[in-house]
Amino acid sequence: MEMLLSGNEALARGVYEYGGEFASAYPGTPSTEILQTIGRFFKDDVYAEWAINEKVALEVAVGASYGGARAIAAMKHVGVNVAADPLMSLTYTGVGAGLILVSADDPSLHSSQNEQDNRCYGKFASIPVLEPSDSQEAKDFVGAAFEISERFDTPVMLRLTTRISHSKGIVTIGERTTVEHGGFERNIEKYVMVPAHATKRHKVVIERLERLKEFAEESYLNTIEWNERKVGIVTGSIAYQHAKETLPTASILKLGLGYPLPMKKIADFASKVDRLFVVEELEPFYEEQIAAAGIAVEGKKYFSNYLELNVDRVREGFIEAGVLDASAKASTAAAEPEEVLPRPPVLCSGCPHRGMMIALRNAKVFTTGDIGCYTLGALPPLSQIDTCLCMGASIGHTFGIEKAGKTEKPVVALIGDSTFLHSGITSLASAVYNKTTSTYIIVDNRITAMTGGQDHPGTSRTLMGEKTHAVDLVQLCKALGVEHVRVVDPYDIEETTNALREEIAREAPSVIITNRPCMLFPKKIRQAPYAVDTAVCTACGACFRVGCPSISASDETNEKGRPKAQIDPTTCTGCTICAQVCPADAIGPLSSE
Amino acid sequence: MRNGTTNVLIVGVGGQGVILASEMLSEVALRSGLDVKKSEVHGMSQRGGVVTSHVRFGTKVDSPLIPGGEADVILGFELAESLRWIHELAEGGQLIVNSQRLVPPITATGKFSYPADATRRIKSRVPKAKVIDAIGIATELGNPKLVNTILLGFLSKSLDLDEKVWLEVIEKMAPKGTAEINRTAFLEGRSR
Repeated sequence: MEMLLSGNEALARGVYEYGGEFASAYPGTPSTEILQTIGRFFKDDVYAEWAINEKVALEVAVGASYGGARAIAAMKHVGVNVAADPLMSLTYTGVGAGLILVSADDPSLHSSQNEQDNRCYGKFASIPVLEPSDSQEAKDFVGAAFEISERFDTPVMLRLTTRISHSKGIVTIGERTTVEHGGFERNIEKYVMVPAHATKRHKVVIERLERLKEFAEESYLNTIEWNERKVGIVTGSIAYQHAKETLPTASILKLGLGYPLPMKKIADFASKVDRLFVVEELEPFYEEQIAAAGIAVEGKKYFSNYLELNVDRVREGFIEAGVLDASAKASTAAAEPEEVLPRPPVLCSGCPHRGMMIALRNAKVFTTGDIGCYTLGALPPLSQIDTCLCMGASIGHTFGIEKAGKTEKPVVALIGDSTFLHSGITSLASAVYNKTTSTYIIVDNRITAMTGGQDHPGTSRTLMGEKTHAVDLVQLCKALGVEHVRVVDPYDIEETTNALREEIAREAPSVIITNRPCMLFPKKIRQAPYAVDTAVCTACGACFRVGCPSISASDETNEKGRPKAQIDPTTCTGCTICAQVCPADAIGPLSSE
Repeated sequence: MRNGTTNVLIVGVGGQGVILASEMLSEVALRSGLDVKKSEVHGMSQRGGVVTSHVRFGTKVDSPLIPGGEADVILGFELAESLRWIHELAEGGQLIVNSQRLVPPITATGKFSYPADATRRIKSRVPKAKVIDAIGIATELGNPKLVNTILLGFLSKSLDLDEKVWLEVIEKMAPKGTAEINRTAFLEGRSR
């Protein structure tokens, strides 16, 4: 049977079909749907959970693997940075049942802080990296990955990119098969990485890599499509599709196993073509290894390591290389785009974070920010965030600026509930231990919102929909040594602003926690909409500056020709924030007449 | 269309139903026995950002992304977005524009304004562009939520896909209890 599936959905299906029994992840675009799909459709056969962060996700998957269950841990590319600590020693211990680390990279940083190329982790950790080039392979390579993992006693990285994860294609689906494994058994030389054991295991890793290289030479994962011999292309992942469309008559060596490379196969391929090119996104990962093996190859010179590739860029590269001539482009390929205003994503109507942004504006502070919906407060007209680096960094940033002691204006940290649990707890503990006097704000909307509304250890629901224990953030912060923990209503600008001012002035560490849920997840919240009385409105623009998508300029103007405001009653949620900032008292509940 | 692949670019604002429309079109292509791939960046549904969905179908589709300037059909759910992506239209391609205007809050900064002459600029660049008031038609039919289906009906005229298959997909993918009204809306759009 055939279905149209995204790479993520297909991978989830693969976990089911190839006997996966355990899946853990922390949400992160473009990987999030993998666990969501497993939890929704395969939960009778595959245990699926949200872990508190990616390090834990990998560690529990390792435990499941040691315990005999085929397991995956899925994350976005920067998530692998969080999981890198277990990964780098896991490669030494090897696995029990098959273990796959799914890395969903984000070339062109559609929703990320960087566009790092996680194939590099394969080389760093000496583990195989499988790279599907479409949804069918995203499913099939799960089976290949589990087999390779068990055959060579190695964790395996299965690497997707945004265009694999979030593109849909036709997939033939199959039945589930399982493999029998026993439970955990004592083997301290394999599992306990004290230096005496780890030294021996490193030797195993080195020898394993040689066996994997031999395997790569023969593996069906790497294929050659012989065609004209003027140009030979080594490629993989989504770049394969772009290259194939750009040069349908070229010979192509398609790498399904991106590491280790089948160097003999590549050398043989190179000897049979006039010019060898590598078409790969981001780093010259294949290219550098091929060049180091003494094979003449061209790549980054024509296909930049900056941003994702597509047919246009590959075509441009081959035109520059003299392989295609300029007529290869459509006459419309270089058409001038029209200048149109930007349309960045904004906080939803009624988002409680908006209230905190206004209060921060009132308090006149620097705000070290973090990763979540509240990061959208960095954009105009709110423009309230000053730093955003990686998960949990906001707290350390405020602490560091405080201790550097050179900044007059007060600095506060802003972090969400899911982010705080992910990697803010340790930061706060460290700051309090090291005698901070700063103010740390947790905007607790009781969900992991930015990635589409997933549960976490603070929401009291598991991924599989069961009720569970929820972390109490107030008690947690107190237990870390913060005496002054306040809860505020972010829909009450005055209360929130006063709390900020008081805690900033206090020469002791403070935590301020907001108490309004996300108004989209887990369920939509709407109160009666508000409206602008244009007879009273002076067109001052204060409500425009809260950046709410329900507020827009009406056709009515004041005497100076400035537009008065209007509120869309179909999208307004009645949060009252705009009414609170209006100096003319022109905004109130929409009357039913 | 190059090498037998039809390229449809659907653009709009998060929340308008661009991705659902591209799902339905892709399903029609799949059921018609064609190879199909689609691609978009998710996450804009409530956040009012730009959504562009690439749908490609034919005998064999390689890249899931439409190459620059090769969109055979552009379906714009919103006026400014239709203008933003107009340069992707292929020679002789069809441009279908829903006249709805969604003004983003960034205009509050005073630094940006919604293009007042968007329709004129569209018509000047693509004289054969079809601008339709899908909300007006939906209101005639009694339900503003029918906008998407009306636009799909209108789009279907520009594509070589069987009406029967379209109606099958509309019926299957319409929200519970709305199959009939969506069928009507589709046919209404197709008749305009």
